[in-house]
Amino acid sequence: MSKDNLAEWKGIWVFAEQEEGCLSEASLELLSAARLLSEKRRTRVSAVLLGHGVQALSDPLVAHGADRVWLADHPVLEKYSTLPYTRVIANLILAQKPDIFLLPATSLGSDLAPRVAARVYTGLSAHCTNLDINEQGELMQVVPAFGGKVMATILCQKHRPQMATVRPGVFRKRPPQSREGGVERVPVEIPAEDLKQKVIDVHWERRPAQTVEEAEVVVAGGAGIGNAEDWKWVERLAGVLNGAVGGTRPPLDEGWISEGQMIGQSGKTIRPKLYIGIGISGVIQHTVGIQDAKVIIAINKDPKAALFQTADLGVVADFKAIVPLLIEGLNKGALSPKRDLV
Amino acid sequence: MNIVVCLKPAPDPKRWDSIQLDPVTKALQRQGIPSVLGPLDKRALEEGLRIKEKQGGKVAVIAMAPPSAKDNLVEALAMGADEGYLLTDRAFAGSDTWATSLVLARGIRKLGLFDLILCGSYSLDGSTGHVGAQLAEFLGILNVSQVAAVEKIEGGTLRTKSLMESGYRILQTPLPALIAVTREINMPRFTSLFGVIEAESKPLVTWEAKDLGISPDDIGFHGSPTQTGDVFLPEMTRKAEMISGEPEEMVPEIIRKIRRALG
Repeated sequence: MSKDNLAEWKGIWVFAEQEEGCLSEASLELLSAARLLSEKRRTRVSAVLLGHGVQALSDPLVAHGADRVWLADHPVLEKYSTLPYTRVIANLILAQKPDIFLLPATSLGSDLAPRVAARVYTGLSAHCTNLDINEQGELMQVVPAFGGKVMATILCQKHRPQMATVRPGVFRKRPPQSREGGVERVPVEIPAEDLKQKVIDVHWERRPAQTVEEAEVVVAGGAGIGNAEDWKWVERLAGVLNGAVGGTRPPLDEGWISEGQMIGQSGKTIRPKLYIGIGISGVIQHTVGIQDAKVIIAINKDPKAALFQTADLGVVADFKAIVPLLIEGLNKGALSPKRDLV
Repeated sequence: MNIVVCLKPAPDPKRWDSIQLDPVTKALQRQGIPSVLGPLDKRALEEGLRIKEKQGGKVAVIAMAPPSAKDNLVEALAMGADEGYLLTDRAFAGSDTWATSLVLARGIRKLGLFDLILCGSYSLDGSTGHVGAQLAEFLGILNVSQVAAVEKIEGGTLRTKSLMESGYRILQTPLPALIAVTREINMPRFTSLFGVIEAESKPLVTWEAKDLGISPDDIGFHGSPTQTGDVFLPEMTRKAEMISGEPEEMVPEIIRKIRRALG
């Protein structure tokens, strides 16, 4: 993998994460990213699909941008397990020599990617917030550090494939199109030594109807909400706007939100049309997760709250005075201040 | 049980606002910011200590860090670790996760046989979350990510609960293995005065690259397959239209903004 034969490594691959026969949104988003990169790189996009009885998933993968699907279908691959998946993918990489390999920065992707990168001896960047191709044709991988205070562009100049994990929500999924694409079956041979770790139990938790990364409107609350009873105002406002409820770390610690609703550097990156942050101070660990929202409205009784620096509209007020009236106004479709809003 | 806990001392987050970027050299200036153990480091150590208390054995802590991180290892010894190993060398500077994992693997091999390695799911500063899995790959052992609970260790196998987006999984893994822990796993203990006193007589060993038999080509800046290019401090400011005053008067303005956003 020295600089001499780098030119032999071609193609942009995306790991197609699936669970119980459902493709993750994150993988489809990455196919869109791969297509953008392939226009600059003038190369093909392939999806890497592992599982059992998942052939049918090739169709949506092609529709969302894959020119080819590498399909490794085998009973041993039905449930994700680190070593079998690492072996199949590492062998495929060494045999087929892709230039770039992208994986979602989900819990699965973040377990698989580093193991694969170590095995094939290449560089891997984590939870990229942007990808692009530079003048030398190299993949520029933009990553946050120090909670997002610092952004760095990572390169992998002498090794291949250039690997990166990308957080869900960073790229927008393209609508499916009518496209041509081929499926190539990958032989699967897993030695017994890879099968020693067993999945004893899988427990599903009810996913919210709308996740913060999918929603067009997100209403988020912070420590300023104060208590579980007042948190209901965040939920009610989200309800009136048909939005998703999010929050910062203190609400997570208090149990008002679940891990999947936390927005920020170690949580979710969101890009809604509208984000309303209530009682949120706006530390950088949170604001890195909302910087791509189209419109940001901040409501906080502290005029010095940092969130006002990142907002389009800053409302200095006690949320308990504002939010109930806001909900009434939205319900009634009221725009005139003269209407009786009480 | 021989337990090893990997630690990553990092600049204190409370002082991150004073991190500066030299516009010419593009180097991060973080002098004067002390390093601390991250909350996940402490949870990994806490879990290691609890397992030792239940199963017997010893806990060694290991870190690849600058010499100043000695204080952080002493803190770990004060919490209850039995031995500390600081892998420090100018040649380690500029290491990415590949090079870091390689150095840690060599260090752990030098310690001898082990049953369980614990680390945090991600560090405070780089936060890639990749070292655990890469270290396990280099040591040829299994790894378990996002561990929120260690349920049982029995008969040379480990039962753990791992978090995923959709819920959780219970995995059974033969030892030796590596687990990367999440914030849910425990609340770390505080150090006691007794612990601080005891720490002074516990072994704290420093190893350099030559002690680990590593070639400079394989480590640090030169040995890292990734390189850092442009570094910048992002500007995230927007021009906020600020309003205050009577709620009844502000609400229509807010609603207008909402309708325009969704328009």
